[in-house]
Amino acid sequence: MGEGSTGNASFETIALMSIFDTFLNWSVFVESLPALLRGLWITVGLGLTSIVLGLAGGLLLVMLRLYGGLPMSPLAIGYIDVFRSVPVLVLLIVIYYALPFVGIRLSPFWAATTALSLVSAAYSAEILRAGIEGVPKGQFEAARAIGLSSIRQMTDIVLPQAVKLVIPPLTSNSINVMKDTALASVVAMPDLLKQATQAQALAANPTPLIGAAVIYVILLLPFVRSVGLLENRLNRRAR
Amino acid sequence: MMASIISLRGVSKYFGHFRALDDVTLDVMAGETLVVIGPSGSGKSTLIRCINRLETHDAGDIVVDGFTVGDTRQLATIRAETGMVFQNFNLFPHMSVLRNVALGPVRVRGLSWVEAEARARKLLVRVGLEAHVAKYPTQLSGGQQQRVGIARALAMEPKVLLFDEPTSALDPEMVGEVLDVMQGLARTGVTMVVVTHEMGFARRVADRILFMCEGRIVEQGPPTTLFDTPQDPRLRGFLQAVLSH
Ligand SMILES: Nc1ncnc2c1ncn2[C@@H]1O[C@H](COP(=O)(O)OP(=O)(O)OP(=O)(O)O)[C@@H](O)[C@H]1O
Ligand SMILES: [Mg+2]
Repeated sequence: MGEGSTGNASFETIALMSIFDTFLNWSVFVESLPALLRGLWITVGLGLTSIVLGLAGGLLLVMLRLYGGLPMSPLAIGYIDVFRSVPVLVLLIVIYYALPFVGIRLSPFWAATTALSLVSAAYSAEILRAGIEGVPKGQFEAARAIGLSSIRQMTDIVLPQAVKLVIPPLTSNSINVMKDTALASVVAMPDLLKQATQAQALAANPTPLIGAAVIYVILLLPFVRSVGLLENRLNRRAR
Repeated sequence: MMASIISLRGVSKYFGHFRALDDVTLDVMAGETLVVIGPSGSGKSTLIRCINRLETHDAGDIVVDGFTVGDTRQLATIRAETGMVFQNFNLFPHMSVLRNVALGPVRVRGLSWVEAEARARKLLVRVGLEAHVAKYPTQLSGGQQQRVGIARALAMEPKVLLFDEPTSALDPEMVGEVLDVMQGLARTGVTMVVVTHEMGFARRVADRILFMCEGRIVEQGPPTTLFDTPQDPRLRGFLQAVLSH
């Protein structure tokens, strides 16, 4: 996107400008900031919605896979394998551009949310399965021996212990979902990246792109940190 | 008059083609303390795990307190009426000692947390752990953990207590504290089925001893008879081996 939108800025002019004026231009940044923040808001909304839906879907899938019995379990396995194989971008484009042919028309937001959640659910299911299978067999037996129902075995005994095991991989999955929200800009979703490319075109200056990159980092770093802290706390309690 | 509270009729259990229980018939009387001994792999664990359906038997009938083991509608009742104490304790590591003991009564018996924790406290006093109610399992010694395991089983007020080698994972100096608690329980009239290699405990506490070999009950009787005048050569060999330790 660089050459076209920087327009007639020649090599000589660029050479005359300082690095700061080009990449970290304060006035361009301040001008584009409102648009970037609007985009950030959409990115966060899209990401969080997809993470939550993906987790819920993943939980459902892993229960079907592990305890669903004959028709459901292989179907869940099939779903998980297929959606871990399909690139999110391809799925998004199929949902947004192909589904209207069969009468299903989703807004950019819901098209992106659907694509991200469908894929995230498959990954979450695999992560949760590893977590559940990582809970020692004796824990299931003790839970059954005191007479807990299957649902109580899960909610009281297995999942709280599995959570500890799955926090690191679920974190990286959630971060991936958050980063993949940038793909939504291809279906005209005015997310952070889209706002940045538009502002860059408007200002004929790449500063908004740098700003967007920095905002992505600022957004995700504390997320990584706080989950790391939570993991430590769980570790201290149980060990 | 004593009535049978656990009854097995021709029970067999297979793991693949391997027959872990071979046509076992057994009646355990209400209030009886039954100790099960036998060499490794003889089916002792399988036997007691079939009683609360941690394993599913393949043939024969098991009835616990009038409920048929294998009838899914009666499973919850049977699990509530039978407490189990495991070799490796299997305490819930993410819950305090108090919660470990109170959980079953709340979730299965429908007590409130307040009622259940009051009951749990009483039981923890009884097993000598009143000072440790707020701790997590991993902060306790093995012997303490196993006493929590016993309190957790008792909290359900079960009619039957199943013990699967409750002292085998303990350091020798902690075996005594757990056996003492169990001996105290045997006097309360609860029915106990205990798999153990502690022959001293078996002699002191058991009403009856069952010797298993290759998935069958080979010999049974009161401790004095079984220990002093063993009939089956396999039992004689087994006793020689464990007592010479
Ligand atoms: N889940 C299983 N899958 C396959 N074989 C099993 C399984 N559980 C037990 N067995 C086999 O069944 C036989 C009886 O096992 P069980 O655990 O009842 O023996 P045990 O008398 O309790 O022995 P130990 O004193 O070593 O605990 C053993 O040969 C064992 O290998
Ligand atoms: Mg065993």
